[in-house]
Amino acid sequence: MKLAILVRGGLAAALALGLSRAALAADLEVKIDNFTFGPQQLTVKVGDTVTWTNEDDIPHTVVSIGHYRSQALDTGDKFTFTFKTPGTFQYFCGLHPQMQGTVVVQGTVGDAATQ
Amino acid sequence: MTSHDDDHGADGLSRRKVLECMTWAGTGVLWTVAGGIPTSLGIMGEAQAATTSGMTFLQISDSHVGFDKPANPNALGTLEEAIKKVKALNAKPAFMIHTGDITHLSKEKEFDDAQHIISQAGLDTHYVPGEHDIIDAEPGTLYKQRYGQNAKGSGYYSFDQNGVHFIGLVNVANLKGGGLGSLGADQLAWLADDLKAKTASTPIVVFAHIPLWTVYEKWGWGTEDGAQALALLKKFGSVTVLNGHIHQIVQKVEGNVTFHTARSTAFPQPAPGTAPSPGPMKVPDDKLRGVLGVAEINYKVGTERLAIIDQPLQG
Repeated sequence: MKLAILVRGGLAAALALGLSRAALAADLEVKIDNFTFGPQQLTVKVGDTVTWTNEDDIPHTVVSIGHYRSQALDTGDKFTFTFKTPGTFQYFCGLHPQMQGTVVVQGTVGDAATQ
Repeated sequence: MTSHDDDHGADGLSRRKVLECMTWAGTGVLWTVAGGIPTSLGIMGEAQAATTSGMTFLQISDSHVGFDKPANPNALGTLEEAIKKVKALNAKPAFMIHTGDITHLSKEKEFDDAQHIISQAGLDTHYVPGEHDIIDAEPGTLYKQRYGQNAKGSGYYSFDQNGVHFIGLVNVANLKGGGLGSLGADQLAWLADDLKAKTASTPIVVFAHIPLWTVYEKWGWGTEDGAQALALLKKFGSVTVLNGHIHQIVQKVEGNVTFHTARSTAFPQPAPGTAPSPGPMKVPDDKLRGVLGVAEINYKVGTERLAIIDQPLQG
């Protein structure tokens, strides 16, 4: 995971430019296919961004009560959310609530902004 | 394709009870679907497609206007075909119910297009929303503006016609992670109140989008508090529950309650557990109209026969 974040974040470039760790925030993907979120559980760092893409022929939504709620995602539509606080965020599809997933966010508040 | 799951253990007594009530009320029930050949189901008696006297109403469902994927690139076109079949019926139905998923994505244009086609039937149409009808930016706003002006809460209501009490319920709003369809405490309280003044011999028709009983939990094909609604209906001698959502016919008789789900006018879905997911099922083009349909329901005065018939749009 660490390696993946470093690579995706472009560590070398960031160091060379003296950028803060905010620039290292990773972009991660969740695919919605066959009425399933994949991967069903995703572990990220504070400041990371997750993008859900609907690959089904039926619309879905991504809802984490009290945290985020996407619009209806038609085929090919995407929803993006940046996790700024640590914790375990369970979510589901508001149309098909049997579809569930979890994002575990590691780190402490402010990691992304100050380090 | 028609499947049914009869409750043989209890059907002797319960069927008699149903028939007594239907006789008392002077009614019978007949489901047909415009066009095609009638299919009869054993426990329900022989098909009576030719008898269309009495009060007839129609059920259409899951028109998914806006859907354009391979399972049916023209869902508006097949809705139009269904409405043409309705218009061609010999006996004009009293009204129509639509059991939800009028649109695919709750877009204004989809509601407009659906309204344009459905209104051509020239019938009063009573709607309940499907989950696809309340996914606009402010969930449910467009639906309620059009169809829910005189309804309670998320869009539930009741009305009476020819001595039959009709109840439209909403079980697609405020769904919770891991759950099934849901009516909620407010709606159940309203239902209890709505039924209070009704005598046990009043025939009841309940319609909602998601099946009120559990057809297949893994795919969310059920209503988590549906049993509470059915408990409120226990005292009634004749209860008919009409649903959509699963895009195929499933029927069940349990005690005094007949459950029936309608075909979609847009695309079929797989039978429970026969595919990795309940997504749209692609069938050969020449088979599509064989798995789409519109239901006709007839309360016929003076018959003891309770018959359910389902036919496809074509074939």
